[in-house]
Amino acid sequence: MSLDKEKIKHVAKLARISVDDAKVESLTKDLNSIFKFIEQLNELNTDKVEPLTSILNQSLRSRKDEISDGKIREKVLKNSPKENEEFFVVPKVVE
Amino acid sequence: MSKEKFDYFIKGEKGKYEVVIGLEVHAQVLSKSKLFSGSSTKFGADPNNQVSLIDSAFPGMLPVINEECVKQAVRTGLGLNAKINNYSVFDRKNYFYADLPQGYQISQYKNPIVGEGKVLLDMPYGSKEIGIERLHLEQDAGKSIHDMDPSNTYVDLNRSGIALMEIVSKPDLRSPDEVNAYIKKLRSIMRYLGTCDGNMQEGSLRADVNVSVRKEGDKNFGTRCEIKNVNSIKFMQMAIEYEAARQVELIENGKAIDQETRLFDTKKNETRSMRSKEDAHDYRYFPDPDLLPLKLEQKLIDDLKKTLPELPDKKKERFIKEYGLNAYEANVLVSEKEISDYYEEVAKLSDKKLAATWMMGDLFAMLNDKGLDISKSPISAKHFAELVQSIKSGEISGRIAKEVFEIMLETGDNPKKIIESKGLKQQSDPKELEKMINEILTKNKDKVDQYKSGKEKLFGFFVGQVMKSSGGKANPQLTNEILKKLLKG
Repeated sequence: MSLDKEKIKHVAKLARISVDDAKVESLTKDLNSIFKFIEQLNELNTDKVEPLTSILNQSLRSRKDEISDGKIREKVLKNSPKENEEFFVVPKVVE
Repeated sequence: MSKEKFDYFIKGEKGKYEVVIGLEVHAQVLSKSKLFSGSSTKFGADPNNQVSLIDSAFPGMLPVINEECVKQAVRTGLGLNAKINNYSVFDRKNYFYADLPQGYQISQYKNPIVGEGKVLLDMPYGSKEIGIERLHLEQDAGKSIHDMDPSNTYVDLNRSGIALMEIVSKPDLRSPDEVNAYIKKLRSIMRYLGTCDGNMQEGSLRADVNVSVRKEGDKNFGTRCEIKNVNSIKFMQMAIEYEAARQVELIENGKAIDQETRLFDTKKNETRSMRSKEDAHDYRYFPDPDLLPLKLEQKLIDDLKKTLPELPDKKKERFIKEYGLNAYEANVLVSEKEISDYYEEVAKLSDKKLAATWMMGDLFAMLNDKGLDISKSPISAKHFAELVQSIKSGEISGRIAKEVFEIMLETGDNPKKIIESKGLKQQSDPKELEKMINEILTKNKDKVDQYKSGKEKLFGFFVGQVMKSSGGKANPQLTNEILKKLLKG
């Protein structure tokens, strides 16, 4: 698998990262070499190996259905760039 | 009973088109707290007051799954006759939006908790099976409010992180009526199970609607469009009608249909393209590294299965067998658990068939009129059963029963008391009735003569007179018999 410049631009757009053309050039090179490194793994035969989903030999931890959180509006809104004591306020997004 | 034929096609100039519909229903799980955090799920709280640092995606927060939400999904799967998967995985579905603070929704992609199942619909043309593709658990997003400020959008995260079940149907639906029946059936099943309250006004049940069209008889599906987030059955139906007509027009004009996401504008009654969602299908799913795979013990599934309530299909069968109802009556009476409970209480104390008729007639009309659920009925099942029994025993006529019903509504008294205190008992003594009828016939000698010379329509006039002079209390059947006998003589 190799990445072209268009793909890099597309991924950057999806991640909302602004990347100028000079940067695209170097990113393409860097990411391709990373991919190449990863693809070495394809040389291994994994037919009889079960996928490893986690390195922890545990099952998913769960909790009881109880209300134990919330009512901390001030804390939640504290770091937002813009708020009005009740809501997060963001630039208009309308369809 | 003669069955109607299925007949929903879009007529174009070049032929008839079949409409193919699949639904992705988002049903809010009934639970006290959210899927991965301990914040409350209660509807209508002050903005951002039911938000934890997990729901607002503060760095370093770790999700911990709510075991009740898992059980609710399993119960729903069992209610849909579906395969429950002992192994499922939570994935991140990545997209960028102001009301999604994580930048991804925790959902299930390749390994959902519930696999294939089915739902049965009762249509006028017979019963129809709709396939369920899957059911998975996922987080709801927050709510954007656009109309409180001209230049800003306000975001409320109270809904963020509440558990949803996404129930995906196969493309088995063929008309707006089938969509209506399908949503109602899903809602009914989940309300019986207590896994979703089905409240569409509060957004507990919403759907993405996939629509495509094809020439009648075609085997291949056409290109589909997805109409996002429709929150009422009526809007779903309108959106489908508009969208199907739009697609037929494109085809007939030799144009291609773009596979795209569309939005239903409820003010203009049309669907339109959501350009902003163009990249949205590139979700870059991957397993959420914060969550281990969900493994369900078979014992848990079996135990939940044992505690499931009787569901509408089974109950319908039983109502037909046990109470002698027809399929239509049984269908209506099992549609809501509360209705079926009320009916069974009435049927225990009175005539089963008559109880069904009167419930579906006067009781439902009254509840509808007052906008009440049956659980809030001003007339108790016990009183209603007494009323039905009074009709059955011949104590009062159906006409008087309507009067008693009205008084019951006003006073809350039991029907026995009303019938006695108002002297509404039906006159069923043949001797007294005959005496009264004779008096009426004597008073209307001219009409009697006319009747005897062939003007038989006047029979109704005599019945009317008897009812008038008895204050509506004359037993109608007896009145008919005696009148016929006396007029012959």
